[in-house]
Amino acid sequence: MKRIVSLNTMDLRESAKHGGHGECQTSCQSACKTSCGVANQKCAEPASR
Amino acid sequence: MIHQYKLNGCNIVLDTYSGAVHVVDDLAYDIIANYEDHAPEQIAAMVLEKYPDVPEQDVYETIGDVDQLKKNGQLFTEDTYKDLSFDLRKRKTYIKALCLNVAHTCNLSCEYCFASQGKYHGARAIMSYEVGKRAIDFLLENCGFHKNLDVDFFGGEPLMDWKVVKQLVAYARGKEKECGKTFRFTLTTNGMLLKDEVIDFLNKEMHNVVLSLDGRKEVHDRLRKTVNGKGSYDFIVPKFQDFVKKRGDKEYYVRGTFTHNNVDFTNDIFHMADLGFDRLSMEPVICDPKEPYALKQEDLPEIYRQYEILAKEMLKREEKGHGFIFYHYMLDLTEGPCIHKRISGCGSGTEYLAVTPWGELFPCHQFVGDESYSMGNIWDGITKPELQNEFKQVNCYSKPECQDCWAKLYCSGGCPANALHATGSLNGNFEFSCDIFRKRIECAIMIKVVESMRAMENDKQAVNK
Repeated sequence: MKRIVSLNTMDLRESAKHGGHGECQTSCQSACKTSCGVANQKCAEPASR
Repeated sequence: MIHQYKLNGCNIVLDTYSGAVHVVDDLAYDIIANYEDHAPEQIAAMVLEKYPDVPEQDVYETIGDVDQLKKNGQLFTEDTYKDLSFDLRKRKTYIKALCLNVAHTCNLSCEYCFASQGKYHGARAIMSYEVGKRAIDFLLENCGFHKNLDVDFFGGEPLMDWKVVKQLVAYARGKEKECGKTFRFTLTTNGMLLKDEVIDFLNKEMHNVVLSLDGRKEVHDRLRKTVNGKGSYDFIVPKFQDFVKKRGDKEYYVRGTFTHNNVDFTNDIFHMADLGFDRLSMEPVICDPKEPYALKQEDLPEIYRQYEILAKEMLKREEKGHGFIFYHYMLDLTEGPCIHKRISGCGSGTEYLAVTPWGELFPCHQFVGDESYSMGNIWDGITKPELQNEFKQVNCYSKPECQDCWAKLYCSGGCPANALHATGSLNGNFEFSCDIFRKRIECAIMIKVVESMRAMENDKQAVNK
């Protein structure tokens, strides 16, 4: 595509089929403690998705 | 749903439900903006008027590219998660994380402390080994299938209960093999009690350590004072530097809070980076809006500007080889959280609970001290399942204001405690916080875009060589 570059991203719809292991870190256990951001959490089992 | 914006010379288009990110030129940007409401001929006429030098064939090719992305499920993707959100609300949850408030007391007297100088609006208290041990057992008994268990030593100042912290880590480690579980410990400290023995222990046992520093000396000392009213900066900064030097590549964050007093908070972040810290976090203060240091609606434009300054400076420093991590700009676009996690949110009240020094359970550390949110205790378990159920119901699909928000799968509806304190309802929206969150995600994605473009450019140059 000449005018559109798509970044390499995971497809969230695919993760609906294989995700939900629940082994990832709990959001508030890291550095926020006063807000909620889940997008900066890393998947603990990406290979199984 | 899509979201498109221009930042730092980049035209960015996000596709909410697939998570796709596109970088486009001005022509494609305008085509995408009009795509859903106009026929191809109308779009072509509009953009050809605006870009008279662009050949008509290019315009139709680009419209075709957008058609293709839509077909591929990378643009204008439909929301297919509503049913999943209902399933998640009905699911059986197990506890996988505890915030152990080992010390409801503190050796600093920070004015803005949401925990009211560590006391959480109650009496000073320290967790005993017996209570802590029972909390670990309670977690092991109620964690179900979860293999990784998170335990956060929090307060007040947790190092005021240092001996118990050490004993509890040893106790939990002793249970790992027998129970087939792994503990990930985190400790948040103001640094006052850091010494060699403590540093060595934390570096060995803690998966993550959060070091509280607000930035420049005058900013830090203004609100983070000892009980005698003296600033703590000079005392803790050398300790933090020593700690980080010994930390190696293990996770830590130097975490600050910014207030109305330092809306130019990027200067504090850069100050932290210049002190040699490279994993940083800076949170907007959460407090009663009547406090003089509370952030105000009129601070928002400057806060937005500051987040942009931060993102641009981070890219510059990264290119020069001395970059740093900012917690809220960390995004993993390829191996980030699955949609289940994005919908179910932080897990407060369901997968994550806070434990007071006397063993009482609350949905999270921010609810501690609010008796209407007392959920039970570590001996009897959850005695108010209806309260737990309320937390299970809360996510970005249960909140009316989230329905049209492009960022809902990045925050999963936001912090329930903030929502409650700002609106009186767990299902409310703390709009100020939402505005800040959206800006941070825009900046975080812009950084990813620039980094990806740099990597593509480098690859191209490598091929040409």
